[in-house]
Amino acid sequence: MKVIVCVKQIPDPATPYRLEEGSNWLIRPEEQILDDTDRYGVEMGLQIAQATEGTVTVVSMGPSGTGQGIRQALAMGADDAVLIEDGSLRGSDALTTARVLAAAIGRNDFDLVIAGTESTDGYSGVVPQMLAEILGVPALTYATKVETGDGTVTIHRQTVAGYDVVTADLPSVLSVTAGVVEPRYPTFKGIMDAKKKPIETLSMGDLGAERAPEQLVLSIVDAPERTGGRKIEDDGEAHQAIVALLAERKVI
Amino acid sequence: MTSVWVFIEQEGEKPSALGLELLAKGRELGEVTAIFLGPGSDAIFSTLGEHGAKTVLHVDSGDRLPSAPVAAALAERVAANSPDLILLGQAYNDRDVAGRLAARLGVGVLSNASDVRLNGGGVETDHEILGGTQTATASASQGPYIVLARPKSFVAEAVDGGTPFVEKLDLPEAGAAEAKIAESHFEEREGPQLGDAAIIVSGGRGLGSPEAYELVEKLGKQLKAATGATRAIVDAGWVPYAKQVGQTGKTVKPDVYIACGISGAMQHLVGMKDSKTIIAINKDADAPIFSIADLGVVGDVHKVLPKLIEALESR
Repeated sequence: MKVIVCVKQIPDPATPYRLEEGSNWLIRPEEQILDDTDRYGVEMGLQIAQATEGTVTVVSMGPSGTGQGIRQALAMGADDAVLIEDGSLRGSDALTTARVLAAAIGRNDFDLVIAGTESTDGYSGVVPQMLAEILGVPALTYATKVETGDGTVTIHRQTVAGYDVVTADLPSVLSVTAGVVEPRYPTFKGIMDAKKKPIETLSMGDLGAERAPEQLVLSIVDAPERTGGRKIEDDGEAHQAIVALLAERKVI
Repeated sequence: MTSVWVFIEQEGEKPSALGLELLAKGRELGEVTAIFLGPGSDAIFSTLGEHGAKTVLHVDSGDRLPSAPVAAALAERVAANSPDLILLGQAYNDRDVAGRLAARLGVGVLSNASDVRLNGGGVETDHEILGGTQTATASASQGPYIVLARPKSFVAEAVDGGTPFVEKLDLPEAGAAEAKIAESHFEEREGPQLGDAAIIVSGGRGLGSPEAYELVEKLGKQLKAATGATRAIVDAGWVPYAKQVGQTGKTVKPDVYIACGISGAMQHLVGMKDSKTIIAINKDADAPIFSIADLGVVGDVHKVLPKLIEALESR
């Protein structure tokens, strides 16, 4: 089975995010990491590819930088990567992103496109669905379990009340929740091999995708800050302070 | 008059709480058409009317996954009726319908909005960014404006609305984009739920092990509270995703939120910082959670929680 996994390189969430003066775009350092959410998609893709003697291609849009995040996905075991990098794509919204990814993916046949449910830096949460609409295939979203059969894919789809079992024909787009599988850690051999794996770089000129109407940031202001109250060191009796506060709030 | 479409889904025998929240905001902004997804009933439609819907476009996708056929049907109606604003929630089917509809219409989606306003001939939205430390106001260069609003952003309220006009929309075949719902499983929902509990007890990585989450559950039971979790321990598989509070989980606003072994990553704070009272127990005195806690206890959850549970038991 030919599996495509959409991944994103993001600034390390452990570092404070900063916005560029004027444009209000997120400042992206040279060294970005693979979005943790995408490790689940890559793992899912690898398991399906292994079971079906298939391949995994990771597709990503954004500034390459050191390419460390893409290499992380290759080191996990993906076969190759496609990176769409173009200065004109700065500040892209979800629809532009989906159009670009769809154009890159649609150049060849595929069976499954796997993505996370939302990125950790932008979290618009609609790219997989847009991608599916543009590609004209089902969007099996919020998968907590995935099984592939003969030309079909079946998932457990998270719902408010529990989950639905949802089935569709291939090709399909899947969005997977964190926890769908346990992502593997790259082995030393995986990391070494990743250095030799092909990364194809494309620009907008190669794809003919059209940017979506622009989204505008009109203003950014500091949110009213919530301030902390009392902080006490537990001396063995701190639970009493909690009981007292709960009583004061009349919840016990 | 501004024409506002509000997406509302059926939950059990009622319109969802999120849908009614959106209806309250929609009504404030213009004349509302409710897009209602589900089997529907006269009682449901009259509730939608009471909450301000003048018209109901009823879509019932049965055992078909709704997103593709519903987006196709709505795209056709958008062409005919040209709504100014289409308001949906940051929720599963809402996101799916919004994404597919936006791609069809060739317009973007304003995601994760905490407020929506009319601005001249257009629409602007507020978004909590950088973990809620800043508020960005955004818009789009072209309508119709498709907005996903976070749950609990608005307060649902019945007004003296009349009976709405209900029209059933036919759903077209979605061809290769079609998917089938073979079965629905309902997880047992016992006790208070995160969405409406007065008290929430949540656990994080500081618990040290999945077994220690029992302390959170015990305290929750004692307080008749719902129990929640951080993304870190959901990703680690300690508790199911349904318990996740935060940016990519649920947004909660209980009277009291008790954070146990939670350091306070931005992703978590966004989902719970609007709780009325926040109590935090954490070993690390510098943990960010203390900067928003009304009462912070610097201590070991394994020591504090058992004593707290015992003290509550003996009351």
